Amino acid sequence: MIRPFGSDEILFLFEAARWTSVLSLAALALGGLFGLAVALARVSVSNVLRTAASGYITVVQGIPVLILLFLAYYGLSTMGFDLPPLIAASLSLGIYASGYLGDIWRGAIESVALQQWEASASLALTRGQQYRYVIIPQSVRIALPPTVGFLVQLIKNTSIVSIVGVVELTRAGQLVNNATFEPFPVFLSVAAIYFIICYPLSLIARRLEAQFNAYRAG
Amino acid sequence: MPIVLVEDLRKSFGSLEVLKGISLSVERGQVVALLGRSGSGKSTLLRCLNGLETISSGRIEIGGHVMSYAPAALRALRKDVGIVFQSFNLFPHLSAAENVMLAPRVVKKTPKREARELAMEMLGKVGLIDKADVYPDQLSGGQQQRVAIARSLAMQPRVMLFDEVTSALDPELTGEVLNVMERLAAEGMTMLLVTHEMEFARRVATTTVFMYKGLVHETGSSKELFGRPSTSEFRQFLGVTSD
Ligand SMILES: Nc1ncnc2c1ncn2[C@@H]1O[C@H](COP(=O)(O)OP(=O)(O)O)[C@@H](O)[C@H]1O
Ligand SMILES: [Mg+2]
Repeated sequence: MIRPFGSDEILFLFEAARWTSVLSLAALALGGLFGLAVALARVSVSNVLRTAASGYITVVQGIPVLILLFLAYYGLSTMGFDLPPLIAASLSLGIYASGYLGDIWRGAIESVALQQWEASASLALTRGQQYRYVIIPQSVRIALPPTVGFLVQLIKNTSIVSIVGVVELTRAGQLVNNATFEPFPVFLSVAAIYFIICYPLSLIARRLEAQFNAYRAG
Repeated sequence: MPIVLVEDLRKSFGSLEVLKGISLSVERGQVVALLGRSGSGKSTLLRCLNGLETISSGRIEIGGHVMSYAPAALRALRKDVGIVFQSFNLFPHLSAAENVMLAPRVVKKTPKREARELAMEMLGKVGLIDKADVYPDQLSGGQQQRVAIARSLAMQPRVMLFDEVTSALDPELTGEVLNVMERLAAEGMTMLLVTHEMEFARRVATTTVFMYKGLVHETGSSKELFGRPSTSEFRQFLGVTSD
């Protein structure tokens, strides 16, 4: 039976958008945690860690996120780990995010002048203290705009998890379209909701960028 | 007993030997000016003295520590050996007072209030109490350098190293930094300073070391050295810089 595209359907889309947000936050949390570890490993004094982190970044960035998802969902289940779709989705998006955030943050850490390391080392700070009080606070400023920019990409990329049956915004759009056969209103609504989520972030990213450039110039 | 003792120090960068067997002995309270042409190894020597560069051979004793590159030993040494750089290197995300407080708080675990008082005392020494809450990018070069000196002093070092600390400053700002250093010298701080301020070296430094091609070429009391330079290289150096 074909239904019209009405307020119930719109509500359904908004409810599904919650899962898009949950997935994005989970991926950000996981990706942030791994990403920080990867970034720190990438700039560590240990050759082994640096090489491993660099390999990790290259590999993760070289694999389509969809394949990461298939590996986490189908691949792990053949090894006896039957992850619920939402968990598999969060895991694969988290790994995807860690590859990019790790790289963005590595760049930010490396852009802090060598003299900042020397000045803080000369004050007898440990390496951990140098990171915590001197290097990371300065890196955050540099890293924030591209991080927020990546977050927008991440939110849009959560749409791929519709493939393993998580009813997030894109999957919800497909379901509504199947019931209504009104692809234009349905998918325009879906697009509008993505836009509502992402646009403020894009604005923030742009403003941070401008602020950072002003700070550099000033 | 000397507070700085350097024995046959050699330092190479790859195949380039920059320090070729430096020996040096500094007593407590001495002010030593390190002079020499650009590239003669003055900065490298200072950086070796607080372990920013590892030495190729020889021996360093400073502030009661024998130079060792084990991290904990190196940190212990650096608590007692301050360094100020040509380029200030303040932490740009911290105010002047926070710059000064950071190491006492983090390294010595000084409580926040005490650390703040200490910072104000040190900023007072360099005449910048009123700039305590100002960020480095709002300070002039001379003010930034004075904060950098206060930051080093807050660790209560036994020896202070200064590497051309006025070279990046506009001429009208060098005086305020040199005044701070002169007062520090008068208070009895042991200081090694690389400088191009000949007048300051002659007047304030008790001892002058003239470095030439990675070696101590001529050394003695400043009065003696400036009065009667004995090597032609030092005479030429003095002539060139006083032109
Ligand atoms: N990190 C480094 N790597 C390679 N060469 C260096 C390095 N630091 C200094 N040198 C070289 O060592 C020599 C002495 O430099 P430096 O100690 O800075 O001299 P000065 O401070 O007397 O001008 C110069 O030839 C310089 O190019
Ligand atoms: Mg130099």
